Amino acid sequence: MTVVTPLTDVGSRTIRRDRKLRAFLRNPTFVAGVVILGIFVLLALFADVLFPTDPLDMVGPPVLWPGQDAEFPLGTDSLGRDVLAGLVHGARASLLVGVAAAAIGLAIGMVVGATAGFFGGRVDALLMRVVELFQTTPTFLLVVVIVAIGEPTVRVIALAIGLASWPTVARLVRAQFRSLRESDFVMAARSLGYSNLRIIVQEILPNALPPVIVAASVMIANAILTEAGLSFLNMRDPNLVSWGGMIGAGRDLLRTAWFLTALPGVAIALAVLSLNLVGDGLNEILNPRSDP
Amino acid sequence: MRMYRRIGATLKRTAIHAGPTILGIIVLDFLLLQLVPGDAADMIASESGSATAESMAAIRQRFGLDQSVLNQLLNFLGHLAQGDLGFSPRYNMSVFDMIMTRLPGTLLLMATALSLALLLGIIVGSVMAAWAGRWPDRVLSVVVLVFYSMPGFWVGLMAVVLFSVNLGWLPSDGSMTVGANLTGWAFVWDRLSHLILPALALASFFIAVYARLTRAAMLEVQRQDFMRTAAAKGLHPFFIQLHHALRNALIPVTTVAGMHLGNLLGGAVVVETLFGWPGMGRLALEAVLARDFSVLLGVLLLSSFLVILANAAIDLLHAWLDPRIGPA
Repeated sequence: MTVVTPLTDVGSRTIRRDRKLRAFLRNPTFVAGVVILGIFVLLALFADVLFPTDPLDMVGPPVLWPGQDAEFPLGTDSLGRDVLAGLVHGARASLLVGVAAAAIGLAIGMVVGATAGFFGGRVDALLMRVVELFQTTPTFLLVVVIVAIGEPTVRVIALAIGLASWPTVARLVRAQFRSLRESDFVMAARSLGYSNLRIIVQEILPNALPPVIVAASVMIANAILTEAGLSFLNMRDPNLVSWGGMIGAGRDLLRTAWFLTALPGVAIALAVLSLNLVGDGLNEILNPRSDP
Repeated sequence: MRMYRRIGATLKRTAIHAGPTILGIIVLDFLLLQLVPGDAADMIASESGSATAESMAAIRQRFGLDQSVLNQLLNFLGHLAQGDLGFSPRYNMSVFDMIMTRLPGTLLLMATALSLALLLGIIVGSVMAAWAGRWPDRVLSVVVLVFYSMPGFWVGLMAVVLFSVNLGWLPSDGSMTVGANLTGWAFVWDRLSHLILPALALASFFIAVYARLTRAAMLEVQRQDFMRTAAAKGLHPFFIQLHHALRNALIPVTTVAGMHLGNLLGGAVVVETLFGWPGMGRLALEAVLARDFSVLLGVLLLSSFLVILANAAIDLLHAWLDPRIGPA
């Protein structure tokens, strides 16, 4: 009896990781997205090092066009505040709100979705009613009302956006759990006597993660866009610079100094674009139907 | 005949399902709004500069704001059962009249934006799917992704800079030229020129969504066997794409469009504020800021009606598009 040994051990960890790495590098848009996102994250982290003065300080003559003065490469706004410093510090506020809101939405959504998907029956029906209730209310109005309940600080805004966006994640996780609930490894785990919680967290959840990770990047992108809309409507933290707030402030000078609304918008578009590229790339990589 | 039975079944199912949902929404929203600090009396007092404690108490008593939460809720539900949406302390009109002044504007904007988004999105998505992998697809994918990433109100602002400020072709404010008393074609053109920019601003994000969806759905459909049969029958390729592929691809697109219809009301808030468009989104925002909860509840109620109606309509549309979808 001869034992056939395969030429390559397909299950070997190093080879699997190398394959994923090559898939990652083969996708130029994904790499571009990661690079741009990385730049924004670095800018947000090192904002205080690059621009130590408060971006809300009046530092120059008002309404300088970009390129007019070497000291203010992107110009100044109506109160003489540096636009470039505002953009870099705004990255911090926007990314912070985006990530926090997505984290809250993911946490709530995963708990609700896992419970509904795993247990089924009446628990499922009840939780899905709650999800429906949330989904019939217009998202933006719900966020506005929640921000009105609390005060417009970064914490409350992130909480509001998270509370308004968890239903999508819940639906996604529920669908995943419903299909994975019937698989063999779950049956094996049950026969070994694992508790429900252990099955949910240790067995099903790691397998349900790929679409959730993709959804996470989309949620961060949407959270940034929602926060920009809120800031534009003046429901923002008055002590922080944010891109949406800069657009709102620049709107008064739309005829003469349109760069004040254009530049923060470009920043928002680039950040959200990088997140979408990362999300698309992750979808291709993590999608089990695609070849490694 | 089968269609009528279908419509009847869908309507019955919707009505049974919608009743408790709407009730739940009303109660939840009412309780949520009680958490907001301040009430209409505070806002009226703040706007008039000052108020005595007696006048504020009188305002509260007039609008029933001094009663317990449960009483207020029961009163509201009672009035609602009789079809009365309540009275707005801020606008001094009945809530129903208030909403009716803004509803046409909202419907016009939403219908235009959604139709525009669907039309352009499906066309762009079909083009992308037809040339999949080649340069038109790649270029359009980038363009679509860029539109997906830009905030709608910023697209509106840039459009205003280009078309209103620099070119002077289109107006940037309101829904019509006030006091002009135009009739006939001039009236239609006036309204249209005011409508284009806000509709485009609102639609920009959704064009991208539908384009991507159409492309994915059409590529999925191409792999099905019946497409090969249709080609083997000798049908013209364009006809195959239009009649077979697109028809199946429309199902996911219309589902998502139906979901967006409900959210369009809230999303329009920013665009309406930007363009000064008289719509319910702006009304809702003003109601929150003025703590005018009767108006806000009316708007929220109406929008949930809209979502439920849209879902029912989408169900019927799916049955027409795909006969395999039997009565659920």
